[in-house]
Amino acid sequence: MPRPPSSPTAPPRSFRWTRRIVLTFLTAFALLPVYVMLSSSLKPLQDVSGKFQWIPSGLTVRPYIDIWDTVPLARYFLNSLIVAGAATVLSVVIAVFAAYAVSRYRFRGKRVFTVTVLSTQMFPGILFLLPLFLIFVNIGNSTGITLYGSRGGLILTYLTFSLPFSIWMLIGYFDSIPRDLDEAAMVDGCGALGALFRVVVPAAVPGIVAVAVYAFMTAWGEVLFASVMTNDTTRTLSVGLQGYASQNDVYWNQVMAASLVVSVPVVAGFLLLQRYLVAGLTAGAVK
Amino acid sequence: MTTTVTPGRTDRAGSGESVGTTDTRRRLPRIPDRIRHGGLPYLLLLPAIVLEMLVHLIPMVIGITMSFRQLTQFYIRNWGEAPWAAFDNYRVAVDFDAPIGQALLHSFYVTCLFTVLAVGLSWLFGVAAAIMMQENFRGRGLLRAVFLTPYALPVYAAVITWAFMFQRDNGLINHVLHDQLGLTDEPSFWLIGDNSFIALVVVAVWKSWPFAFLIIMAGLQNIPRELYEAAAIDGAGIWQQIRKITLPSLRPVNQVLVLVLFLWTFNDFNTPYVLFGRAAPEAADLISIHIYQSSFVTWNFGSGSAMSVLLLLFLLLVTAVYLLLTSRGRKAADA
Repeated sequence: MPRPPSSPTAPPRSFRWTRRIVLTFLTAFALLPVYVMLSSSLKPLQDVSGKFQWIPSGLTVRPYIDIWDTVPLARYFLNSLIVAGAATVLSVVIAVFAAYAVSRYRFRGKRVFTVTVLSTQMFPGILFLLPLFLIFVNIGNSTGITLYGSRGGLILTYLTFSLPFSIWMLIGYFDSIPRDLDEAAMVDGCGALGALFRVVVPAAVPGIVAVAVYAFMTAWGEVLFASVMTNDTTRTLSVGLQGYASQNDVYWNQVMAASLVVSVPVVAGFLLLQRYLVAGLTAGAVK
Repeated sequence: MTTTVTPGRTDRAGSGESVGTTDTRRRLPRIPDRIRHGGLPYLLLLPAIVLEMLVHLIPMVIGITMSFRQLTQFYIRNWGEAPWAAFDNYRVAVDFDAPIGQALLHSFYVTCLFTVLAVGLSWLFGVAAAIMMQENFRGRGLLRAVFLTPYALPVYAAVITWAFMFQRDNGLINHVLHDQLGLTDEPSFWLIGDNSFIALVVVAVWKSWPFAFLIIMAGLQNIPRELYEAAAIDGAGIWQQIRKITLPSLRPVNQVLVLVLFLWTFNDFNTPYVLFGRAAPEAADLISIHIYQSSFVTWNFGSGSAMSVLLLLFLLLVTAVYLLLTSRGRKAADA
């Protein structure tokens, strides 16, 4: 979102110098691990085992070939994609419905709902990790629906992690869309849901994209539940990546190559959509 | 233009045209009322309610009841049959003369210090970056993408990279500090011993300041430009504008941001777990890892649950006090 200069006069020299120093420091801080990841992923093993080299003495793409054999990275990748993708879609759809109800209707229990949903953000994950694990095992024993160890269980868990924030942000976003628009649609013969899908959802695309990005990143990066709730076949990247480090030798070049490979899709997607995220936050959450 | 600058007020009251937009909010209940909507809102909320119940609320209630039982690995299949312990788990957890209580107190202390440092620095970096980038300059869009990259990177990939950088013999940190700058006599250990606390704070700040930056950047968009223009005409320089307009206007955003950062940082499990593994070094023994350790490694779930409940109570208390103080502050500012 380009913002015109806020002051008609050019900033003074003291400000320009401070800006240069602060921004240079923060750029170096932000990018240092990215540089290490990239450069080390292209080094042969003896180079990452010895002293760190800023400028690699030899380059090889070997680590990028080997990562797929050292651990079943492709399977973990697919698992993460399925889990994070499904959790995102479901979380967004459910949040849209819930936020629409809160934004457009008055009903008994509205405050209780929003306060409860928001306060679940506060729970330490560790508090409900074991109970949830036991619930999933019990559901499996009594109904035959496998949740523990399955992708379905993880999808169910993850979608609730992003749900509170998504609902909260979409309420703000929907509130900023003039009510007259969907009322007019209803007068023209749309039902409430018709108005939601034909008017409110199209007008709220930036907010919905922002929420989807957030949900995907939450699911793609989660470690605690993934380490307890998965088995060998359903393991996601967050747990699978530790496979390179569990041997006597740590294949640091492969660890870095794999880290880069799993990061590229999310980082690319995020940077492409970050404008929506700022727009969504401005209209929704930061009010 | 004779407008006086009133920091803290971000609405454009009195500018005529904006009255229409606030008005749509006030006319809220025109079509929807309880007779006409016929339960539709409840239907729309149903999926969210069911899922929150299943994954958060019911497990939390079970977790609380577990904390009153002597729940060891023998009762995992039938946790309802674990012997009743009343407040024993709690008594052990807060017995600060005994090893378990002492360890919990230590880990609580470490977590508090860690949270204050990590939240403080993240906020400082975020606000500095956002303010420095409020003006347009060449390369601003690119820089924004650079700053957001740590936020976009998956935690485990980023933190594993930091773990590599903190390696004693082949890491970048020791290479710079010892080999290149000669600041240390010996290459230091960063992932064990006392230095591990520093390593943890560095990684946590690296991970969370971009979020602060993102939120503050969004908050800055809501400050009306007229305030700056009026201030510039009145002769206020850029530093004065930052102090008198930007920072006060950000107050409501900062209040939410600091609370969210506090809750995330205090509960953070991912960073220490990926950096140190299942058992963190004593100097960096964050409470979430500590509870995980006592639940899943020493198999005492009852005691782990009791500690989790204490943690939740502490977070609730801090949040309540914080909300009370900030809402009081806001009322005072409005008066």
